[in-house]
Amino acid sequence: MSEPNTMPMIFDVEKIREDFPILKREVNGKPLVYLDNAATSQKPQAVIDCIVDYYSNYNANIHRGVHTLSQEATDAYELARRKIQNHFNIKFAEEIIFTSGTTHGINIVSNGFASILKAGDEVLVSAMEHHSNIVPWQMLCKKTGATLKVIPMNEDGVLILSEYEKLLSTRTKLVFVNHVSNALGTINPIQQIIEKAHTAGAAVLIDGAQACSHIKADLQELDADFYVTSAHKMCGPTGIGILYGKKSWLEQLPPYQGGGEMIKEVTFEKTTYADLPHKFEAGTPNVAGGISFGAAIDYLNEIGFDAIKAYEDELLAYATEKLLEIDGLKIYGTAKDKTSVISFNLDGIHPYDVGTIVDKLGIAVRTGHHCAQPIMDFYNIPGTVRASFSFYNTKEEVDRLVSAVSKAQMMLS
Amino acid sequence: MDIKALQDELIDEFSLFDDWMDKYEHLIELGKSLPLIDPSLKTDDRIIKGCQSKVWLHSTMEDGKVIFTADSDAIITKGIIAVLIRVFSHQSPEDIVAADTGFIDEIGLKEHLSPTRANGLVAMIKQMKLYAVAFQAQLKN
Repeated sequence: MSEPNTMPMIFDVEKIREDFPILKREVNGKPLVYLDNAATSQKPQAVIDCIVDYYSNYNANIHRGVHTLSQEATDAYELARRKIQNHFNIKFAEEIIFTSGTTHGINIVSNGFASILKAGDEVLVSAMEHHSNIVPWQMLCKKTGATLKVIPMNEDGVLILSEYEKLLSTRTKLVFVNHVSNALGTINPIQQIIEKAHTAGAAVLIDGAQACSHIKADLQELDADFYVTSAHKMCGPTGIGILYGKKSWLEQLPPYQGGGEMIKEVTFEKTTYADLPHKFEAGTPNVAGGISFGAAIDYLNEIGFDAIKAYEDELLAYATEKLLEIDGLKIYGTAKDKTSVISFNLDGIHPYDVGTIVDKLGIAVRTGHHCAQPIMDFYNIPGTVRASFSFYNTKEEVDRLVSAVSKAQMMLS
Repeated sequence: MDIKALQDELIDEFSLFDDWMDKYEHLIELGKSLPLIDPSLKTDDRIIKGCQSKVWLHSTMEDGKVIFTADSDAIITKGIIAVLIRVFSHQSPEDIVAADTGFIDEIGLKEHLSPTRANGLVAMIKQMKLYAVAFQAQLKN
């Protein structure tokens, strides 16, 4: 589906920065340089206004109210679902389940598969998953007797597809891979991964949390069975995300939580469940979150994902080049296809120390294992420093990062 | 010197530095000068798990005083350990248990006390006090 604004607009980063009030603040007496976008993105005024507008003007519980406010809120919430549908090119709006975020979505699916998998079945997970895409499947395997197998990666942080093919068999029921690795930035070849899984008769869940702010995924073209993501990674609020599932799958999976909103009829003898998507949306939903998720999607599409990708690629190339000029700096994750994430370490220096000094200089980066301990074990390191760039970052900010890292190196060696 | 006097000494020492960089450089130096722990003591059961940096803490008792030795894989954390060891090592279990830790704030390392820093400083102090409680119980028996 086409973006609302098909004419590429001129990418003016200074003008874009004006949309983000937080970028004006100072940290430790220095202008904030926010390079922790892979953890969460900042919010443009349009999204903040949308939240305020909802609570100021039409806050109501949705779906069953006959009064005007409730209908306005319901319309806005369902309009947001349609915006998400258009954005991800999803066939049916009811294939979109609002969740509290990516982790919630994964748990709905893993919980559902508990009644489908049996001992002897196999599930495949990639070597570069976030803990939230490992632990629920381990729990599922424990419950069902299925076996968890790992698709290995190479030194560059690229999945080894030939090994993946060897792992696929008629026993494989499910494959879980992230679209983009949060710790390394690798863009995985999910189209190929999905095709191969389908040939083997397995379903695929793609964790899109790290991809969605950089890449516009076309879910019909990808033919993913499940795709999960969080709004807060893409300029939307926290506490809201989506689980996309093919209708046939969502109809087959049992509900995750019982409660209001998800029922059709309740007697003390029996409950019949509501139709999709409500079957999986028990309880009062995050109405403000859903509506402002829609506003975030509008905002991003107005800038345009092609423009975002082109600009972020430029930032990534610049930052990679400049950081590598620092002696003893090693980058982890050197895939050809990467989003604007750089994970690195300074020789002989703990990433925690680098992060502490760099923060003192007003720069927000993340340090640690990034909830992907198996990756850190693979490289045999305690963690990394991760700088993740967004379209509102600038080359000047990259320069400040490079100079802060050099200063940290000087102080710490 | 008692714990209070050692704390005052550290407060004086850190007050010489106006700017955070000098303060951190001093902390890093303290970390570097921390006597190395016997590698055989760097076992998993002696790890205090902060989220990011590892801290190994070992304690013994000599003549009614608790002796702490420790190490970390991160140098700033090690500097903080050095500060704590200077204050709490070679003190009686009672004094360690009763000691106030407000001096951390006064020497300008307050941010490391926040649990979100996840460097294990809070856990480290807690563990030192727990060892002291254990030695205290041992002494009474």
